[in-house]
Amino acid sequence: MIWQLDILILTIVVICAVAAISVKDLLSSAILLSVYSFLMCILWAELGAVDVAFTEAAVGAGISTAFFIGAIYQTTRRTKD
Amino acid sequence: MIKDFDNIIIKTVCRILTPFLQIFAFYVIAHGHYSPGGGFQGGCILGASFILLVIAHDINTVKKRMSEKLNTFLCSIGVMIYAGIGLLCLMLGANYLDYGILHTILPVDAVKARAMGTLGIEIGVGLTVMSVMVSIFLNIASGGKHEEGAPE
Repeated sequence: MIWQLDILILTIVVICAVAAISVKDLLSSAILLSVYSFLMCILWAELGAVDVAFTEAAVGAGISTAFFIGAIYQTTRRTKD
Repeated sequence: MIKDFDNIIIKTVCRILTPFLQIFAFYVIAHGHYSPGGGFQGGCILGASFILLVIAHDINTVKKRMSEKLNTFLCSIGVMIYAGIGLLCLMLGANYLDYGILHTILPVDAVKARAMGTLGIEIGVGLTVMSVMVSIFLNIASGGKHEEGAPE
C-alpha cells in the first residue's frame, strides 16, 4: 500500500464521478463511468483485493459500459435538462 | 438495432480477438479456486466475447450461432448444475453445498473432492452468467424486439 498512489487515484476517481454526472453528452458520461470503474479496479488491486478488482474490471468497466452504449442507441445522445 | 456495417478492420480484429477472449474466460472459470477469478468473472468475459460479436457484426449473426432457445437452455442448465451438486451433497448426508462428502462417490480423497465440487459449481455459475449477459445485451440493443425476427 502506497498512500501517495491511493490519494492520487482517489482524486481522479472523484473527478471522474463528478464529470460523469455533470456532462451533457450521454456517451461521454458512459465512457467516464467506465474510466471510474477502471480506476476503482486499480484501487482495489492496489489495496490487495485482487478478486474484487477482477470483478470490477469484468463487470464495471467491461459489460456495463456495453449495456450503457446499447441503451444510448435506443434514445437520444444528449440530455434534455 | 445495431446494423451490420461493412468494416474489414473491426471484423478482422473481432475474429482474431474472440478465441483468445474465450480461452481466457475458460481459464478463469477452471482456475477460479486457485487464483483470483471464478464463475462470475469468467462468465462475464465469455459473455463479453458474444457482445463483441454483436458490436462487430449484428444481432442476427449472433443469433445464428447461439439461438434464443440455446441461450435459455444454457441458463437453466447452469442453475441445475449448481442446485444439483448442492442437492447431491444433501442426499449423501452432509449440508447443502458441503462438497467434502462427494469423496464417497468420486474416486478421490476428501480434499480433492472439495476442489472438484467447487469446479462444478463454478462451471454452473459461468454458464448462467454468460447466457444472462448475452440475453440482457440482446434485449437492450434491440429494444426488446429481437425475438420478432427483425429484418435489419
